[in-house]
Amino acid sequence: MTVQARTSVKEDGRERTAQGLRDAPPPIIRIEPSRGWVALRLRELWEYRELLYFLIARDISVRYKQTALGAAWAVIQPFLTMVVFSVFFGHLAKMPSDGLPYPIFAYAGLVPWGLFANGLAQSSNSLVSNANLVKKVYFPRLVAPIAAVLGGVVDFLLAFVMLLGMMYFYGVPIGMRILFLPAFMLLALVVALGVGLWLSALNVQFRDVRYVVPFLIQLWLFSTPVAYPSTLLAERWRVLYGLNPMVSVVDGFRWALLGGRAASGPMVAASALAAVVVLVGGALYFRRMERTFADVV
Amino acid sequence: MTDVSIVAEGLAKQYRIGARRSGADLGWGYRTLRDAVSDAVSRPFRRTRRWPQGNAESGDPGTTIWALRGVSFQIGQGEIVGIIGRNGAGKSTLLKILSRITEPTKGYVELRGRVGSLLEVGTGFHPELTGRENLYLNGAILGMRRIEIQRKFDEIVAFAGIDRFIDTAVKHYSSGMYTRLAFAIAAHLEPEILLVDEVLSVGDAQFQRKCLDKMEDVSRGGRTVLFVSHNMQAVVRLCPRSILIEDGLVLKDGPTDEVVGAYLSAGLGTSAAREWRDLPSAPQGEVARLVAVRVLDDQGQVAQAVDIRRPVVFEVEYDVLRGGHPLRTHFELRNHRGVEAFSGHDLDPAWRHRPRPAGRYRTRVTVPGNLLAEGTMFLTIGLTALEPRNHQFYLRDIVAFQVMDTIDGDSARGDFGGHMGGVVRPKLSWDNAYEPGGTAQEGQAVDQ
Repeated sequence: MTVQARTSVKEDGRERTAQGLRDAPPPIIRIEPSRGWVALRLRELWEYRELLYFLIARDISVRYKQTALGAAWAVIQPFLTMVVFSVFFGHLAKMPSDGLPYPIFAYAGLVPWGLFANGLAQSSNSLVSNANLVKKVYFPRLVAPIAAVLGGVVDFLLAFVMLLGMMYFYGVPIGMRILFLPAFMLLALVVALGVGLWLSALNVQFRDVRYVVPFLIQLWLFSTPVAYPSTLLAERWRVLYGLNPMVSVVDGFRWALLGGRAASGPMVAASALAAVVVLVGGALYFRRMERTFADVV
Repeated sequence: MTDVSIVAEGLAKQYRIGARRSGADLGWGYRTLRDAVSDAVSRPFRRTRRWPQGNAESGDPGTTIWALRGVSFQIGQGEIVGIIGRNGAGKSTLLKILSRITEPTKGYVELRGRVGSLLEVGTGFHPELTGRENLYLNGAILGMRRIEIQRKFDEIVAFAGIDRFIDTAVKHYSSGMYTRLAFAIAAHLEPEILLVDEVLSVGDAQFQRKCLDKMEDVSRGGRTVLFVSHNMQAVVRLCPRSILIEDGLVLKDGPTDEVVGAYLSAGLGTSAAREWRDLPSAPQGEVARLVAVRVLDDQGQVAQAVDIRRPVVFEVEYDVLRGGHPLRTHFELRNHRGVEAFSGHDLDPAWRHRPRPAGRYRTRVTVPGNLLAEGTMFLTIGLTALEPRNHQFYLRDIVAFQVMDTIDGDSARGDFGGHMGGVVRPKLSWDNAYEPGGTAQEGQAVDQ
């Protein structure tokens, strides 16, 4: 079939039969050594969207296999963390919480934090955990960390439903501000992917990354206003503080859901800028290192 | 060759083993001692050869290895080409470059058409997922579109013969079912160029046959197939043309029969005698340790080539380390296509069923003259301890020798100079009965 179609194209180069159009002349792929910085090839990434979909589906359906509580873990983790935070920070340390009940204040921070932290942890390990694929088949390697980050969205949604339940319990009304929520969610994904790209590429070379990641996430948690309000910092430090994009994500979530003080524009701008710089830099670095992945991983 | 499908020009691939490649590029070449030790153990390309010029060029002597050293070839559309060569010759590296898994260090490849590569069946299979889920995932990994998978779904499941288990997690599959599903998916790939690496070494014989048939169908469909294998029978059957890679270079490129013959008879690694002087590293089991395997002529001399008319002797020398077990030596004899001519095992009445005390043994078996066909023969040797049954060693194609036919006229060939097939060439007794005047006269019935 294909042969016939192609022959007909050959015989008459300009006039293609219907069949010839379907079996358009095959693309010519040239494989040669690359040097230095290389293009991101986002179009090719788009062509591999089905693989991305199946990798995400695999990660999600495997994640809670053979666990007794299953997907409940997606809720249990942030919920129990919230309980511990409420007891120690809220109740005992009398941590201020912008006038909100401390439990919902903490939980509203923990939900986006979990999206970020899980995405970062999964994506930084994505090349190593998919080493058998990387060594055996070609696909745009960017698919692996992207799938790892997006795989966390389902967990996020489960935890988010719990958040809605708590809002109902505490009698917090839902306002139009909730429409801004996807933007902050996207920001969290961008930061997770950006940092994940750097770490996953480094992880191929240096398995030290495995030990760095949990430590990094821990430090990052304390420098993000999850357990405490960002209002603890003086106003003039806020923009600088915003260079940690998770500050805007957490503040933005609280604002969009619970209301209260709006996150300052300059701070969110600083966060978005920082996130984009990390993402683009990470993607370029990742692509630069990509040629060695199969040899080294 | 107007319809070229693959062009490879001067492909070379260097692996850096001292400093990790990109780390060194960035000036982060330092590594800890522990890294160096673990590297030495785990590097996959230890068996590749060095390319001295390359070392001088990189200015980093001793830390680089060239797996490919300038490979060029062209493959036409619809051709099926076998890639053969020893382990570490560079075959797999070549396939990895063609399938875009890794980049060449020098040279380039042009591929016209979508490439499907099959470097391992079941790549990306997840044990926790069901057969159905794995089918979709693996299909996507191999580059199939979802619609394409949906369309072929029933066919693939039927081909694998696992209909009833398609919604069972593959961790509950037997290894045969697992392999069948994995290969069934791969066999239904329809890229313009298909790269296959040594996948037929798995599965039972019947299923292997089915896969070979399927691959023949695929190639009849006009697809270009590159097939890397150690299974010479499969290569001979599937590929009209072969490329022999040795030491990172193309050694021979041409009709498969010639290339396979060259590969096997050039004695690329195989000679008529093997001896293990370093005893601890010799092939061994709990009871016995191999010392030597030799092919001898009827004078008792190691013989790389034997006269087709003369007997040939196979000698196995081994140490019995723990006495008390009856032992049975066995051999298998194969020709250059991997076809087994015959096999046999030790029937010496003096030692049959009799426990052997520790010590050195030399077991010989004589194959009579005028039995083997001419060509390269490969000897496989095994030793089994009995009561209880326990394999001590089994070495496939461990030694090789040439059987030379003569032109003297007193072998089965006589004075016929053409091709004679088969794995054996016994000299048979021929007899013609003749009755003078027995021929039917013209115009008369034969059976009077």
